[in-house]
Formats: sequence, structure tokens, C-alpha cells
Amino acid sequence: MNWQYIWNAVPRFIDATLLTLNLSLWSIILSMIIGVFCAVVLVYKIRGLQGFVKAYIELSRNTPLLIQVFFLYFGLSKIGIKLDGFTCGIIGLAFLGGSYMAEAFRAGLEAVSKGQIESALSLGLTSRQAFRYVIFPQAFAISTPAIGANCLFLMKETSVISAIAVAELMFLAKDIIGMDYKTNEALFLLVVFYLIILLPVSVYIRYLERRLRRAKYGA
Amino acid sequence: MGLGILFQGSNFERLLGGLGVTAEIAFVSVFFACILGVLLGIVMTSRNKIIRFWCRFYLEVVRIIPLLVLLFLVYFGFAKWFNAHLDGVLVCIVVFVFWGAAEMGDLVRGALTSIEKHQVEAAYALGLSKMQTFIYILLPQSLKRVTPGAINLFTRMVKTSSLAMLIGVLEVIKVGQQIIETSLFTDPSAALWIYGVIFVLYFVICYPLSLFSKYLESRWEN
Amino acid sequence: MGKLEIMALLEIKNLVKNYGEVTALNGIDLSVKKGEVVVILGPSGCGKSTLLRCINGLEEIKSGELTLQNYGKLGKDISWVEVRQHIGMVFQSYELFSHMSVIDNILLGPMKVQKRKREEVEKQADELLKRVGLYDRKNAYPRELSGGQKQRIAIVRSLCMNPEIMLFDEVTAALDPEMVREVLDVILNLAKEGMTMLIVTHEMGFARQVADRIVFMDKGEIIEQDIPEYFFTNPKTDRAKAFLNILNYESRGTDYEQNI
Repeated sequence: MNWQYIWNAVPRFIDATLLTLNLSLWSIILSMIIGVFCAVVLVYKIRGLQGFVKAYIELSRNTPLLIQVFFLYFGLSKIGIKLDGFTCGIIGLAFLGGSYMAEAFRAGLEAVSKGQIESALSLGLTSRQAFRYVIFPQAFAISTPAIGANCLFLMKETSVISAIAVAELMFLAKDIIGMDYKTNEALFLLVVFYLIILLPVSVYIRYLERRLRRAKYGA
Repeated sequence: MGLGILFQGSNFERLLGGLGVTAEIAFVSVFFACILGVLLGIVMTSRNKIIRFWCRFYLEVVRIIPLLVLLFLVYFGFAKWFNAHLDGVLVCIVVFVFWGAAEMGDLVRGALTSIEKHQVEAAYALGLSKMQTFIYILLPQSLKRVTPGAINLFTRMVKTSSLAMLIGVLEVIKVGQQIIETSLFTDPSAALWIYGVIFVLYFVICYPLSLFSKYLESRWEN
Repeated sequence: MGKLEIMALLEIKNLVKNYGEVTALNGIDLSVKKGEVVVILGPSGCGKSTLLRCINGLEEIKSGELTLQNYGKLGKDISWVEVRQHIGMVFQSYELFSHMSVIDNILLGPMKVQKRKREEVEKQADELLKRVGLYDRKNAYPRELSGGQKQRIAIVRSLCMNPEIMLFDEVTAALDPEMVREVLDVILNLAKEGMTMLIVTHEMGFARQVADRIVFMDKGEIIEQDIPEYFFTNPKTDRAKAFLNILNYESRGTDYEQNI
């Protein structure tokens, strides 16, 4: 194990980590937006859109991310839509993540008791106000652990985006192994850096889960 | 043109062959993962704190490290450390079993502990031994609770086997890539169609599985 | 002024409500005057909660007319959203918003719906909280409060909207006996202050004390109406008699032999 090499490679790994985090952040935000939209459509049975949402969820859950991303990157370029790797990565991750977030949020919405909605309406709030001030905050709080788990999942899936030449962690490791033959060093740094970004998230999710359980018993 | 590329030469057969490799990886992996998983699950219900700790540790490692990283670790790591070049399919199976056993183990443990204590106590009160209670009471009920999770795991293995192409395995996406490369001049838009078809193929395999799992769940709800 | 025919504050004419095939309310006629406290009694499933929920629009009615003085027909001349500013409701399960503190729970309606200024509402809230003895819990969260405290806060929350009528749906049914008293005291005080109320309850002693009029329902219909003295001592209909008898444990012995 060449520790000098490892030391020298750290800056490149930091850059790659930042890219990984960048990919993660965008895909998390986009998939949450998609997720909330889908969940609201499903729970409130919004006509016309229900079919689309259900189809979307089934499509995204039953196909691998790799093929989704290949289709976006290699396939679409053939009909003139040339997207760079990063964009394809985010679209693919958001497409996949959206359905997971939808499920998490849907469960949260359905967990808010009907009585809460009724008492909000009984105060004279419109449905929209009731949703915004009473239902959404509670649904979000309830679904936080599941959303957290999905965030962790998306962060891990960014490794797949290495396949379309996006210079995130996985790609860098493969590069070093391929070019410099420094397998051990590359694998070591790869694991270390992933742990650095994933462990805190995982620990935080546990904390959120515990907090939710405590809040439930108090309510 | 377009979809027609599917029917040129032996393209479609080759794609199906690639799916065969996918199926091979998924079936073999899930088979061993289930066996080991059940054993692991039983072990995880042990009262020994040290055993439980190492089991949790194993589970956490599997859960936090991205699967592609695990694949690379085994593929490149083994080659470097033992000077042995492992076949991509074998690497996949090893990693999937490692992953699957952990997940199945957690599922089994969850199923076993979710069966109400009273059932076990009632069985003991009737004079059944620990082993008999396990075989006649715990096992059948656990199997029911575990099956949807197991089918879900299988489906995820099918999808994740796509990553095998990144370590050189000739599964369906890799085959697709080969077809695209050889038809760069004859069929420039091949990528769109081939990847599109593979997308549909995966869906056609995985969606019925998830429907089946939901069907089983609803049937066993009663 | 002598006893003129004062127009009712709330007038219900021929209210019919179905749940699919089942008729929950079968032609209810009811007039409530301003300042009147009406207690609705009846066996389980008679439709008393349903009636309340129809009055503030939580349940859709099949036919019939609900009229609020000065505003018109509910749901037609005045939207349900607006109705609920004038008719407040308190539920059995209190339904405080668990993600908000007590004061935020109380401020939500007045500020977002009636667009009142925070200082003004908070002044009213403080006053009401002091009156129910919970001013020191102003910034607490619902999970820190007991059932009785939560229910009193729920009442204050509804009162801050300045409704003309208050509906109480079995508000003490989910409380431990020790806490029932504190909630009933609040309602009694409201009655003394002249709030128009419709109360569904099982607490017979309380009903007798607080009601200006008892309405007895069974199977979706109003069977009997009377002032409390007459209703409890001398019910006119058989069904009312049977209902009241169930509540007199002394007069009913279990003779198992007889029941064979």
C-alpha cells in the first residue's frame, strides 16, 4: 500500500466527492418535488393524473438505473437531444428517486388522521390552507425517516453514473486502477470517501427514526 | 431502421442470451442468499450480544457500501490480492449472495420476532419442544411474512445485475452495446432502439414479479 | 318587550342524510335560538354526531335546509368555508395540531382565515387561556398536555374565531373521569355567558345542568324535545323511557333465570 500515493490522490478524491455530493443534492431535491407531486395526486385521487403517476411509478421501480441512464445519454443523443453526463445522471436519479419519495410521502400523508383535517376545516380553513398548515407539515415529519433512507439510497446510486463518464468517486477509482494500476490504494480511498459521506447520513437517519418514535408516544 | 434492428441477424437471440446471463446471476444468487439468509436470520435472534453485534455490523456494512463498490472490491481486489482473475459472473454471484444473505437475514429475523410471543408460549404450554415449535409454528408463519420481501429482493437482484456489465459480464446491456457498436454505420440510431427495448425487457420481467408479490400479500392478508 | 317570536339563529328544516343505503338522518327539524343551549341525547348510532357534522358541513346532506340568521342557507347563500367561521366545532379527540405549540394552534384560524392581526388575536387568546386556567401552558406542545388540558385548549381555539354557535361532539367521552369535570366547567361558563351551543354528550348530570332544552334522538329522528326537568323526571315517549332506564343501574337487576 503506497501511502504517499494515497496522500497525493486525496485532492482528486475530494473533487470527485464534491461532484458526487452535487449529483446527490440535485437528484434529492428533484425527486422530492416529483415525490410530493405524485403522492398528492395519488392520495387526493386527482383525476386524469392518477394513471400517469401510477404508470410512472411502476416504470421507474421495475427498470434498472443503468439502462435509464444509458437510454438518456446514448439513446437520446441519436435523435438530436445531446445531454451531458451530469444532466443525464440527475435526470436518471430523479426519475428513479421520485417514485421512492412518492411512496414515502404517500405513507406520510395517509398517516395524518382524518380528525386533523376535520378540525382544521372546522376552524374555517380552506382545503388548501388545511393542507399547507396542518397536513403537509405533519405528513413530512412522519415520512422523514423514509425520505432520509431514500436520500441515502440516491447517494449510493450515484456510483452508477460513473458508467457515463461522470467524474464522480467511482469513476475516479476505476480511472486510477486502469491507468496507474494502484488497485489497493484506489479501493481504499474509494471506501473511505464513501464512508465519509454516507456514514453521517446513515447515523442522522437513525437519530430521526428515534425522534419520530419518541414523538409518537408523546402525542 | 428503428426497431427493425432487433430482427437483423441474430440480434434478438443474442439479447435474450444476455437476459439468460442476468437470470442465471439472479436465480443462483437468490437461491444461496435465501438459504444463508434464513440461517443468518435464526442466528440473529440469538440472545448472545456478541453474535448480535457482529450480525448487525455485517448488515450495516452491506447496507452502507454502494453495491457497485462491493463489486469492484471483489473483482479488482481479488485479482490483485490473490493473483486470480475471477469471472465476472462469479464475482457478481458472490457479492449478491453476500448482500442478499444480509437482507434476507434481516427479513427473517423481523418475521420471526414479529410472531407474537403468545403463540410461542401457547405452543410451549401444549408441550411442544423448541424445535417442534419452530418447525410447526414459527417457520410456516415466518415464510408467509418473508415471501413478499424475498420476491422484492429477487426483483432488485435482477435490476442490479445490470451493473455486472461494468465488470465485463456479457449480460443483456453489454450485448446491446455490442450490437450498437457493430451497427454504427448501418444503423446510427440503434442506441435509442436497443436501449429502449432493453428497458422494456427489464420491465416485462420485473413488473409481473412485483404484481405477483402484491397478489401473494393480499391473499395472505386474510 | 314581551315574549315575541324571535327568529331562530339556526333553523334546520327536513334534514335528510344517507350513507349509501342507510338513512342516518330522516327528516330532522330543529330551531335553535340565540343563547340557547341544546343538548342532544340518544342511544349509539341514533345520528346525533352525524347531525352535528351536517351542521358545519363535514358531512354532505341529501336534502333539507340549514339556515343561519343574517347569512342565509348554509352551503348555498354562504359557503361552508365561511359557515365554519360562525359555527365552531370541538371534537371528542380534541385534534390539536401536534406540530404546533398551543398558542400557534389558537392563532392559526384567526390569522389565516379571518386575517386578523397577531397582537389582537393573541390578546384574546391570552384572556381565554387565563379563563380556562391554562395561560402558563401557552407555549407548550400538545404532547406535553393531559387530555383535559388539550380539550380545554381545543375549546379556546374554536372560541377565538368568535363563532355564533359552538358544536360539542362528545367532548368528554375520551377523557379520564378526573378530567371530565374541568372541561364541563368551561362549557358551563360558556353557557352562562350566553353562547349558543349544541352539545352531544353522555354526561346526564351535566346535560341536566347546562341544557335549556333536551333533544332526544333515535334512529335518525327527533323523538322528543323538552326542558331538562320534564325530560329526566317524566319522559313522554317509550323510547325515551327505555333510554333513561338503561342509565339507572339500580332499577335493573340481572336475573339470569328470567332471561332464559
